[in-house]
Amino acid sequence: MDILSLTATQLGSKIKAGEVSVTEATEAALAQIKKLEGTLNCYVTVDEEGALRRAKEVQKLIDEGTLSGPLAGVPVAIKDNLCTEGMKTTCSSKILYNFYPTYTAEAVKKLEEAGAVILGKTNMDEFAMGSTTETSAFGVTRNPWNTEHVPGGSSGGSCAAVAAEECFYALGSDTGGSIRQPSSFCGVTGIKPTYGTVSRYGLIAYGSSLDQIGPVAKDVTDCAAVLEVISSHDKKDSTSVKRQDTDFTSALVDDVRGMRIGLPRDYLGEGLDPEVKAEVLKAAETLKEKGAIVEEFDLSLVEYAIPAYYVIASAEASSNLSRFDGVKYGYRTQEYEGLHNMYKKSRSEGFGAEVKRRIMLGSFVLSSGYYDAYYLKALRTKALIKQAFDRAFEKYDVILGPAAPTTAPELGKSLSDPLKMYLGDIYTISVNLAGLPGMTVPCGTDSHGLPIGLQLIGDCFKEKNIIRAGYSYEQARGAWKAPQLTETAKKGGI
Amino acid sequence: MAKQYETVIGLEVHVELATKTKIFCSCSTAFGGAPNTHTCPVCTGMPGSLPVLNKQVVEYAMAVGLATNCKIHQYSKFDRKNYFYPDNPQNYQISQLYLPICYEGGVEIDTPAGKKVIGIHEIHMEEDAGKLIHDEWEDCSLVDYNRSGVPLIEIVSEPDMRNADEVIAYLDKLRLIIQYLGASDCKLQEGSMRADVNLSVREVGAEKFGTRTEMKNLNSFKAVARAIEGERARQIELLEEGKQVIQETRRWDDNKEYSYAMRSKEDAQDYRYFPDPDLVPIIISDEWIQAVRDRQPELRTEKLERYKKEFDIPDYDARIITGSKKLADLFEETTAICKKPKKVANWILGETLRLLKEKDMEPEELRFSAENLAKLINLTDAGTINGSVAKEVFEVLFGEDIDPEQYVEEKGLKTVNDEGALRTVIKDVLANNPQSVSDYKGGKAKALGFLVGQTMKAMKGKADPGSVNRILKELLDEA
Repeated sequence: MDILSLTATQLGSKIKAGEVSVTEATEAALAQIKKLEGTLNCYVTVDEEGALRRAKEVQKLIDEGTLSGPLAGVPVAIKDNLCTEGMKTTCSSKILYNFYPTYTAEAVKKLEEAGAVILGKTNMDEFAMGSTTETSAFGVTRNPWNTEHVPGGSSGGSCAAVAAEECFYALGSDTGGSIRQPSSFCGVTGIKPTYGTVSRYGLIAYGSSLDQIGPVAKDVTDCAAVLEVISSHDKKDSTSVKRQDTDFTSALVDDVRGMRIGLPRDYLGEGLDPEVKAEVLKAAETLKEKGAIVEEFDLSLVEYAIPAYYVIASAEASSNLSRFDGVKYGYRTQEYEGLHNMYKKSRSEGFGAEVKRRIMLGSFVLSSGYYDAYYLKALRTKALIKQAFDRAFEKYDVILGPAAPTTAPELGKSLSDPLKMYLGDIYTISVNLAGLPGMTVPCGTDSHGLPIGLQLIGDCFKEKNIIRAGYSYEQARGAWKAPQLTETAKKGGI
Repeated sequence: MAKQYETVIGLEVHVELATKTKIFCSCSTAFGGAPNTHTCPVCTGMPGSLPVLNKQVVEYAMAVGLATNCKIHQYSKFDRKNYFYPDNPQNYQISQLYLPICYEGGVEIDTPAGKKVIGIHEIHMEEDAGKLIHDEWEDCSLVDYNRSGVPLIEIVSEPDMRNADEVIAYLDKLRLIIQYLGASDCKLQEGSMRADVNLSVREVGAEKFGTRTEMKNLNSFKAVARAIEGERARQIELLEEGKQVIQETRRWDDNKEYSYAMRSKEDAQDYRYFPDPDLVPIIISDEWIQAVRDRQPELRTEKLERYKKEFDIPDYDARIITGSKKLADLFEETTAICKKPKKVANWILGETLRLLKEKDMEPEELRFSAENLAKLINLTDAGTINGSVAKEVFEVLFGEDIDPEQYVEEKGLKTVNDEGALRTVIKDVLANNPQSVSDYKGGKAKALGFLVGQTMKAMKGKADPGSVNRILKELLDEA
């Protein structure tokens, strides 16, 4: 049996049935990591020893009947901005190159309680700032579909690891599209839940009012199962929401008859790659054939989302990242004279260019005299965008569009023009500003064989609508296919 | 003629709230403790940690607001104040700028010219910082985050005060209100109440305020008064010399009775305040306000009136007792047991205050129980011990909170009421002091005092002074 080709829930069933042991599954993933990491660099940290030890413990708990959930014993990869007690957590930044958290993030704890085996921590854009995973201080991650291309970002390591079968599923985080865009580029499925659904406790903050943790996996079934486990009302997170309807797997129903699906014209216009557009419209057609009511509409305000997002996220980031100062943990410069020189040098040397750019931008928009003109105006824009979505959801159950305007760009082509890179977030960012759930489902490839992702957006707390639509689409599309890795990649070198 | 100047003063008072746990995590607020033992990921600013508001902080802030006649913002928010300093683990302080919990209040103070209202601009909630320890020996600095996240309220007054006496009266009023509410112990010396003084001077009759300075590091009422006098004089001198007062923050050195500039307005930091996205707005319902109002205890002014009426205690005595929550509590608890309010008041105003002064203690530091004081009063009242023995017992009680009944029994301090024995002792005293006897007979009343003293000495203090006097006179007349 090819263990690696199983989905997370398929593996979970086989472990439960005793057909595969947790150690076998863990060893299979570790072997794949060994084989491909030299090329792909999906992980910042691989904890081989810890994973194998944990595999034995989990197997014992399964055998005793203590653990019986669908994910018990299934190996997972965790984005490196989620704290894991005793396991290095870097946010792919030099400033946290030696940081070992004293506690574990709530979402990871939930997975551990469900019997997850943590393989390691995945690479990302530094502090989740970026769309390519090229801003990592620990090297770029390559796209398993074509190693000359980026995996997207910021959860590029998690998405590439799932696509390359270096894990069975992963956790990512999404502030402006950081789960949905790399899922699209890597041909995997990822959900950004409604803001407040998954506790942010232990997620190293980028933009606190926008950040959400979510699953990345091979298919919608896996994503729903993982989301069901990690959703919780956490008293340690004031923004965590108490909700009852987190039985997301109940929405894995192949039926979209009568479902109202809206296609925003704003998401299909200028700037959208024609090949991406064609595949997305084809997916919409598929849902229509299955009985959904699909129509185009005008969402409006889409062009304001990017400036509003970069003002709000950068403002929050400038404050969130001020704790990284060389005093308590992380990187401290070698030589310095006095406190302020130590701060200045540690931060100058510890942060990368994109992070510095956003800290400066955020500090500027919050400074006295500019606060009203930028920050408050951005907050008002955010409220208007939410209203536009509210109006749309009076008419539609699901909004359908592309996750990104293009397929994965080549390595090294994005960072030189940050503004152009920011524009790539146009279809994902509004969803964070409005706090909505969004999901990417693979819907084809372009003429170069690079994956294209379909984005499904739901109203607040209506994950079940997008899960049902995504699952139904998937049934028509067919099972997930792994990328054909090039021969050089398979050998573990370029 | 020299110009006449008026001083204009506003206060920013920080009060540490008496919650058991910190404002945004469940760590203990207890004083002391080895460095960094009352800490967790939240109050040490660990990556990924999140604040969760302690509801008790909101209740205390509301209680203080209501007791100082403030309005309550029923939709209130926390903001981040961004600045870099190692005592502040996140490098931002969570405070309230845009929508503080309480606003537009005021308290009444007594001045020589009559009653005066000092306005309160706002009261906001915030977190305290940690403590830096500079180790000169090792040439390094260490930081203790035990205080980090201890809840504070900042009470910002209007610039309504005109001299040090008004400032002291205002501070005293706030202190009593807050102590009575149980929201803080308000000890200036220990820093649980800290006052920053904003002061400017202007010519009498001028409409515009002068340029103000802010004075920090004032840790006693006396220091506040001295700093005000010092700063007023400094500013007037500048103006008289034709110079400008510079808007700046100054630090008062109470030993040198001098202040020096810490930072001027020019290098004031831009704190880049913005609403903290990790905390949700605080929504305060009418019901919640009413519930806090209903729970408000009797405050000082009401208590003062009640004491005068209910216990028939003179105004002066009642003022002193109610001038400390601790003394008032002791008075009421003791009176409830022994039902002798006047005697209780006498013990508090007399021996208790005397010993507090002698030992340089605050009333809050009193450790003896109302039960034991009541027992002592009852023992004295019943004549079981005499007044001077009672004072001796009280000194022990003051220090160790002993049970007076047991103590008197064990030490054999009971008044001797055996008339025969007393007569025998007195006869001996008279026989041994013929000179005093003849002095007494010769009209020297003083001699009687000496003989009483000799008798008490012989009785080891345990005789009833009334009986001693009576028998002495009787025997002297016979002699």
